[in-house]
Amino acid sequence: MIAIPMEQGLAVAGVLFTLGLVGVMVRRNILFLLMCLEVMMNAAALAFIVAGSRWGAPDGQVMFILILTLAAAEASIGLAIVLQFYRRHHSLDIDVASEMRG
Amino acid sequence: MNFLYLTFLFPAIGFLLLATLRTRLSENLAAVIGVGSIGLSALTTVYVGIDFLNNVEQGGKYVQTLWTWMHVGDFNASFGLHLDGLSLTMLGVITGVGFFIHLFASWYMRGEAGYERFFSYMNLFVASMVLLVLGDNLGLLYLGWEGVGLCSYLLIGFYYSDRANGEAAIKAFTVTRVGDVFMAIGIFIIFQQLGTLDIQQILVLAPQKWSEGDPMVVAASLMLLGGAVGKSAQLPLQTWLADAMAGPTPVSALIHAATMVTAGVYLIARTHTVFELAPDVLLLVGVVGAITLLIAGFSALVQTDIKRVLAYSTMSQIGYMFLALGVGAWDAAIFHLMTHAFFKALLFLSAGAVIIACHHEQNIFKMGGLWKKIPFVYACFLVGGGALAAFPFLTVGFFSKDAILLQAYASGHTNLFWAGLVGAFFTSIYTFRLIFIVFHGEEKTHAHSIHGFSYWLPLGVLLVLSTFVGSFIHQPLEGVLPAFTSATLEESKHFVEILAIATGLIGLAFAFVFFWGERRIAKSISESGLGRLLSPVLRDGCGFDWLYNWLFVKPYLFIAAINRHDAIAKLFDLIPSLAKLGNSAMSVTENGRVRWYATSIALGAVLVLGAVLVLQVTFTH
Repeated sequence: MIAIPMEQGLAVAGVLFTLGLVGVMVRRNILFLLMCLEVMMNAAALAFIVAGSRWGAPDGQVMFILILTLAAAEASIGLAIVLQFYRRHHSLDIDVASEMRG
Repeated sequence: MNFLYLTFLFPAIGFLLLATLRTRLSENLAAVIGVGSIGLSALTTVYVGIDFLNNVEQGGKYVQTLWTWMHVGDFNASFGLHLDGLSLTMLGVITGVGFFIHLFASWYMRGEAGYERFFSYMNLFVASMVLLVLGDNLGLLYLGWEGVGLCSYLLIGFYYSDRANGEAAIKAFTVTRVGDVFMAIGIFIIFQQLGTLDIQQILVLAPQKWSEGDPMVVAASLMLLGGAVGKSAQLPLQTWLADAMAGPTPVSALIHAATMVTAGVYLIARTHTVFELAPDVLLLVGVVGAITLLIAGFSALVQTDIKRVLAYSTMSQIGYMFLALGVGAWDAAIFHLMTHAFFKALLFLSAGAVIIACHHEQNIFKMGGLWKKIPFVYACFLVGGGALAAFPFLTVGFFSKDAILLQAYASGHTNLFWAGLVGAFFTSIYTFRLIFIVFHGEEKTHAHSIHGFSYWLPLGVLLVLSTFVGSFIHQPLEGVLPAFTSATLEESKHFVEILAIATGLIGLAFAFVFFWGERRIAKSISESGLGRLLSPVLRDGCGFDWLYNWLFVKPYLFIAAINRHDAIAKLFDLIPSLAKLGNSAMSVTENGRVRWYATSIALGAVLVLGAVLVLQVTFTH
């Protein structure tokens, strides 16, 4: 099995993270926002895995499972919020929720 | 003498009561408080005065330190009262004459709006004036000095609903403030040089520190003179006094004739040692007085308002006091100050009575033939006017003015003496012109007779004091002010006396010829070319108002108009506009958009991480 160099693994994680971040910044649809958050979390998890395999430590995989749990919790709460959001505003546009004036 | 502080305390309490209770007081109660406080103060003065004269040897003094007013480093100003012959004389004039004027005012002002406001200002004035003459250091003197200036302003503008009165008040306040700035600088110089403001210490230290004619002592005395001419309405700051007649007549009697305007004379007499070290400045004092008394005398000749005639005569009489100070006739100056307080208060109060009798008419050419209607006021006017014109032997003014002229002559300043004599001549003319026009000739208004206890008692007392009786009052000035010495004093006595009597009588004769009956000669002069040219100039105080208007008021208004938008304030407007810019920049970020917050968190993280990276790279290499 050919070991993938750490640099390439981290680069993939970086690209994924940036994609997710850009998505959070530019998208207005709240569903896409949730998905982008998921992508960013996975990018972080990937970075842990790469680091764990580089130093042969199990901590990376422990962190991955933790993040997976976190992502599941986040997705369930996030989807509940999306439902409530849609009921209240009849829209999925996140900027509609802004109630600040000034 | 322990009760000395009460002379100041009674008017101050009176002021506080009147000012806080205001309209809750009835007129009678306000009069009782306003007049009573001054009466108590006058009684205290009598008690303290008798005690002082019996227990303190000549030239002695009594000091009562109430508390420490200011204490900063070496500077120590006490709130202390200093009583000696000079301040006792002033105190007697202020509380004594002041009491009778207050009593008269309680009659004169009856029925006017703001009766209790009037008395609260008057009481505050007396309190400040007492502080001015009793203060043992220049700081306290300055406090009283500004206090009387404030009261003068408030009382000139007493009938504030008329715009002209407000303008007269502002003019008086501004012009005297110019003098006060000079005086403050003078006090600063004295403190910087001598390290103390205590007047007695200054009198001791000044000859040790300064030699005669030292530039610093010249500067200090010049600055003090500036303050004195402002307060005493002398050239070149005399323009405010004639307009100050806008106030009620008792105010003109008390503040603008008897007491406040003589504060300048008191100041110079009080700091006489400083002035004696600067002989040139002392001579300047005399010259200022001489010029003022001539100019004011000319102006008084053509006035048509009864109070303005008296205002110009006040300037002229204070000019005599300055002249006396200038030739070193200290006690003659203070003597004239006292007698002037008597007869000028009498004249102003009688003028007030005339004005009331003529239904608030002040133009003398609309009066006439009043002597039958109000004979008592006529008698007062005759005695007061006689004293003003120095009618020989019968009036108190003769003795004091004769003393000034004699000492001016004996001191060798003959120019000042002749100026004084010419001034006396014109004084006689304008005084009797006033009396002839107002009380003789044909009746032009329907005057009503006047009654009242508080009307005739003050007039009666001042009437007696303005006759030769007043000259028996002994002023305990020995040892306080240097005595006048001259080798030629005795031999020139009769010469000056005869000359003074002759001048006064010739003036009276002139006035009789010009202004008795039909006034044909006076009319033909005023209608001739020269008369038409001169009389408006003289009526407006010899054009000083016009000059100052062009020299100071117009340029000031011009600059103010240019700088309407205040260039300097623009600079300081930068600070709030910068703050506002920052505020709007920051509030843009607080827009409530979650995506925007996420972006800024990310950007911040990138920046911090980037900075850490850059730092690590730079410091590891």
